[in-house]
Amino acid sequence: MKYLDEYRDPAAAVKFRELIRARTTRPWAIMEVCGGQTHTIVKYGIDDLLPPRITLIHGPGCPVCVTPLEMIDQALVIAARPDVIFCSFGDMLRVPGSRGDLLSVKASGGDVRIVYSPLDCLTVAAANPDRTVVFFAVGFETTAPANAMAVWQAKRLEMENFAVLVSHVLVPPAVAAILSSPSNRVQGFLAAGHVCAVMGYEEYESLAERFRVPFVVTGFEPLDLLEGVYRCVCMLEEGRCGVENQYARVVRREGNVESRRAIEEVFETGDRTWRGIGAIPMSGYRLRPAYAAYDAAVRFGVSGLTVRESAECISGQVLRGMKKPQECSAFGTRCTPQTPLGATMVSSEGACAAYYQYRRMAVKT
Amino acid sequence: MCLGIPGQLTEKYEEHGLPMGKVDFGGVTKSVCLAHVPDLEVGEYAIVHVGFALSRLNEEEARMVFAFLDSMNGLEELQSGGRDVP
Repeated sequence: MKYLDEYRDPAAAVKFRELIRARTTRPWAIMEVCGGQTHTIVKYGIDDLLPPRITLIHGPGCPVCVTPLEMIDQALVIAARPDVIFCSFGDMLRVPGSRGDLLSVKASGGDVRIVYSPLDCLTVAAANPDRTVVFFAVGFETTAPANAMAVWQAKRLEMENFAVLVSHVLVPPAVAAILSSPSNRVQGFLAAGHVCAVMGYEEYESLAERFRVPFVVTGFEPLDLLEGVYRCVCMLEEGRCGVENQYARVVRREGNVESRRAIEEVFETGDRTWRGIGAIPMSGYRLRPAYAAYDAAVRFGVSGLTVRESAECISGQVLRGMKKPQECSAFGTRCTPQTPLGATMVSSEGACAAYYQYRRMAVKT
Repeated sequence: MCLGIPGQLTEKYEEHGLPMGKVDFGGVTKSVCLAHVPDLEVGEYAIVHVGFALSRLNEEEARMVFAFLDSMNGLEELQSGGRDVP
């Protein structure tokens, strides 16, 4: 068992397709929360395998996409400083702020580096004691333990030339915001498997109870998504709410207790603005006061920046499941992965970028 | 961003006071922090995200979906659906 190819077996996918068809008697709208799931769905054509009455709505679960423009601008200001080495995951480098992106800062001489793990930043910091290493701590709950550990380890090693620009978001408040919207049409959710691997799924049990909807904790391979949809359809057809765990090979109900403890040590919950969606109360993490010395926004005095989004971009509606990418007048022409206008085109996990990459659809010129 | 890849632990060691391991991803080996799955043993698989092991893979659970699909073979529910599949 290698835990990858087994879950891409076409014959098993066909079986699930038949099972889903047999169970579907009415139209259902199901949201996959995570951008990684959206990527698999569009890449493998999972949505085309489903009966026409099942609509998959692509959720806001791409942290790169929902990082607000002003955070990107803060990153650009810090990264341009000669006394800073700015470290980031690779997928943040092309995200446009209001004045360029991190790649353009690098092209103009800024020291911008891609890291695989947040811990790599501490190695860079140790090798460059005369400069400050700033890490762009972006992510959902999945990435929070790793980012927390880097800050925790820096403090433990008394490393002063390290700081983090924190833009962490949380899934359950966003799901609650979607379900509370008067225009909501989502009837069931595929919860994000790796977020739940860290946090567990007790919070989703409360959401299921409060909003009377089904959640299926779902993985990222084609068979995972098909089984997730199948289980969600079964719950919807039977009128059941609650949480089922499709991704039990990875996710336990309580999540990863060690990871949760690390997050709790370093971060506290606070209000966050989501690019394309707006402010959601208590929907993100910020550093606890004990770790305030590691806050790059404070250290470099950039927390007051405010900026405006492109008026043409409809990514907010795409992120809330109200529009599909090809309904945008700029899709594939003025807005492409090379020159993105907004949130959902900037990362390969964004719905617009996934459609651009895998769907050969007519582009309005 | 939340990409997690299954890999097999091939070696355990310690670095700057943190438990670490070498993890093999189908031929590519990376250093991975084991602080949150400290009892992962060499030979076992874990989901790895940005250089951190997030969760040990449970082989028994991993096989459930195939057992489920086998149990559905020949069931009426399966045969009744999809006759007119294009």
